[in-house]
Amino acid sequence: MKSSVITFPGSNCDRDMDVALKKFGFNNKMVWHNDNELPKSDLVVLPGGFSYGDYLRCGSMASKSKIMQSVINFAKSGGLVMGICNGFQILVETGLVPGVLLRNKYLEFICKNVFVKLDNKDNPYFKNLDKDIFELHIAHNEGNYFCTDDQLKEIKDNNQVAIYYSNNKGQIDENSNPNGSIKNIAGIFNKEKNVLGMMPHPERMIDQSLTGEDGSIFFKNLINNIK
Amino acid sequence: MKVSAIITLKKDVLDPQGKVIHQTLDGMGFKDINEVRQGKYFEIDVKENDPTKAKGIVEDMCKKLLANLVIENYKIIETQ
Repeated sequence: MKSSVITFPGSNCDRDMDVALKKFGFNNKMVWHNDNELPKSDLVVLPGGFSYGDYLRCGSMASKSKIMQSVINFAKSGGLVMGICNGFQILVETGLVPGVLLRNKYLEFICKNVFVKLDNKDNPYFKNLDKDIFELHIAHNEGNYFCTDDQLKEIKDNNQVAIYYSNNKGQIDENSNPNGSIKNIAGIFNKEKNVLGMMPHPERMIDQSLTGEDGSIFFKNLINNIK
Repeated sequence: MKVSAIITLKKDVLDPQGKVIHQTLDGMGFKDINEVRQGKYFEIDVKENDPTKAKGIVEDMCKKLLANLVIENYKIIETQ
């Protein structure tokens, strides 16, 4: 299975993602933001980081970079595109997934492990997973998911919520919401479910020495789903 | 000619920075504040001297990059 990780100026989780993808069997290529064409890929990942120094709005500059037209075409033709953290911010700026990511409610950079509850397994990312609650890492300043009432209705009607912030029992409430995200939304799909944006970093949970291995479960399942 | 654009958060979007600025101003003795909202200001020198056309170019920039219309409004001001 072939994957591509896009490196933007300021990406800093691109190599972590490369390590994770290779560990679970992907033949991964790193792709520079200024390239025109994506290599042949089964999965494209927009990694975390601070692309373009978070200038203007997080992800806004990266969403206009050269390679993105090719990524957008790939996504629109049904290809799997996953954006993690800053990658999620880039995805919302392209309009591939609805909403925006605002500054965290309490203006703090948050760096900690959280629990998330899967909402929807009828998609190539989560199908066949037998776990519903995952412990993953977040590290962001702008992860406060926001959308208009109309968008929220559409998101709900189309089952586009991928994951919610929850506690370790899967309870979704204000106490388990780290950043003020509307309805505790931590990750979201496009309508067709081939594009996934999420704030938590599965690539940071792929080894016991990295405080957990729930990310391993995610990647192992993902490659099996794509095969 | 120079065209300015002001980007502001829409009314129902939470502005935590504005809130903190409000609280700080209040603490400094500025007690007559209802609300503070923080925004962005751009001054763009475009290679176009027709005011309508110049404003149109900057408006296009606002729609495509400078503002995110899910959360922000923009206002174009012709400066000189």
